[in-house]
Amino acid sequence: MFDTLIELFSYPFMQRALIVGILVSLSAALLGVSLVLKRYSLIGDGLSHVGFAAMCIALALNLAPMIVSIPLVVVAAFLLLRLNDSSHIKGDAAIALISSTALALGVIVASLRQGMNVDVSSYMFGSLLAVDTNDMYMSVALSLLVLALFVVFYHRIFAVTFDEQFAKATGTNVNLYNMLIALLTAITIVIGMRMMGTLLISSLIIFPALTAMRVLRSFKGVVLCAAALSMFCMIAGLVCSSLMSIPAGASVVMVNAIMFGLFSLISMIRKA
Amino acid sequence: MALLTLNDVCMGYEHMLAVEHVTAVIDAGDYVAIVGENGSGKSTLIKGIAGLMGLRSGSIKLGDGLKQGEIGYLPQQTRAQRDFPASVMEVVLSGCLKGSGSSLFFSKQDKQRAQHEMQRLGILPLKNHCYGELSGGQQQRVLLARALCATEKLLLLDEPMTGLDPAATAELYDQIRMLNRERKVAVLMVSHDVGGALRDATKVLCMHQTMAFFGTVQDFYSSHYSDELTGGDHHHV
Ligand SMILES: Nc1ncnc2c1ncn2[C@@H]1O[C@H](COP(=O)(O)OP(=O)(O)OP(=O)(O)O)[C@@H](O)[C@H]1O
Ligand SMILES: [Mg+2]
Repeated sequence: MFDTLIELFSYPFMQRALIVGILVSLSAALLGVSLVLKRYSLIGDGLSHVGFAAMCIALALNLAPMIVSIPLVVVAAFLLLRLNDSSHIKGDAAIALISSTALALGVIVASLRQGMNVDVSSYMFGSLLAVDTNDMYMSVALSLLVLALFVVFYHRIFAVTFDEQFAKATGTNVNLYNMLIALLTAITIVIGMRMMGTLLISSLIIFPALTAMRVLRSFKGVVLCAAALSMFCMIAGLVCSSLMSIPAGASVVMVNAIMFGLFSLISMIRKA
Repeated sequence: MALLTLNDVCMGYEHMLAVEHVTAVIDAGDYVAIVGENGSGKSTLIKGIAGLMGLRSGSIKLGDGLKQGEIGYLPQQTRAQRDFPASVMEVVLSGCLKGSGSSLFFSKQDKQRAQHEMQRLGILPLKNHCYGELSGGQQQRVLLARALCATEKLLLLDEPMTGLDPAATAELYDQIRMLNRERKVAVLMVSHDVGGALRDATKVLCMHQTMAFFGTVQDFYSSHYSDELTGGDHHHV
């Protein structure tokens, strides 16, 4: 088994997938802790659908996917943040509106151009082969940014996540942190989407935080545990995917789900 | 110069005004009770002073070396954070963040300060407990300790006694009075417990969308506003 693994990971495309996967899962987990605790869990879901529409548009116009999707998804992220703050439309309803509209738009654009069905399904469910060197550099840059944000401003992120009003009263620029988190989330989703697939990328954001929260009761503990868990699940998922030839995205999500079950069990046993 | 100078402050939400024409001067060391019926604009005014909401017109000037980021604020019942994974220590320490700038580590003084405030409020033994798993009254004390860490000069307390049992309420009144008298922290406290709040307060601000009354406690009791709020059965001068 080890020989097959070693052979597999000697392929450059697998190495790229591994690097991008680990870095994206780390970023997603860190951002996810803040998003989940602020009840913005669904933002990832909404953004990935916008990303899907952007990819379809890029393909139809013969543009590089990143060039179209990054700006579009970033704009959508800011929009969702604004909608969440306004009291007119409930945040979850706003996300559902945007995400289904984007999905519909993507499908329409895709079907207007013939012969795109194969690509569309690879966008939906992801593919390891889609990860190129460009993605690799971008994921390195992204994860460095996210790590820097969390290391340097850790206490402020805690304050903003725990109680925005109080953080604002003590002079923290709450909007700036919200925008930074939305921006980095948008980029994380665009980079991770091609590997994990539109339908599954948002789980990278939600699962590790929720799993860590099952067992740990301090913010620091949850952040560290979510980051470690997320990277572990990514590696385990990629290994399973190549050993059993199942799609990588689905395999990673499944490992995350199993870990969630395991942590839930631990918390139940501890309470009993 | 006064600690806070409110000059003809008007505030509102979308199409309505919630606070109109509030003019008041609050000095260092004052203890102001803010009273008024539900929906009379008390919390809104507090948010304006804390810098959380813009003003429609008028101005709020900070003096005496008080900076906007150095106000200790205890919000009226924060969103239920039942499942928020945070230790009591983490929550209290977050009060030590001031102004902008990075916060790689908390200094030793910050940590001592947090310990000290927790000790004062009797929650030091809960230090490593999860905030979400505390009782309402314990949570309230944690948030008060956090507010204390954030300020030397001005505490804004929006109904701090909500959810406290009578003994804890009395204790919290004592602690707030002590902070005010001994450490000269100015206190603005919103309260529906008019009798209790006015025992320690030096000034009263009575809201009724507009500012119905602002002055000393004695003057307040001899005005008709106190009768309206206490049902007229209060004989205390
Ligand atoms: N977020 C909001 N959006 C719109 N209107 C609001 C909002 N918060 C308060 N209001 C309105 O502003 C007015 C003043 O509200 P405020 O919360 O300041 O009252 P309050 O004096 O603190 O009342 P209470 O004693 O119930 O706490 C009320 O009429 C209320 O309906
Ligand atoms: Mg109020």
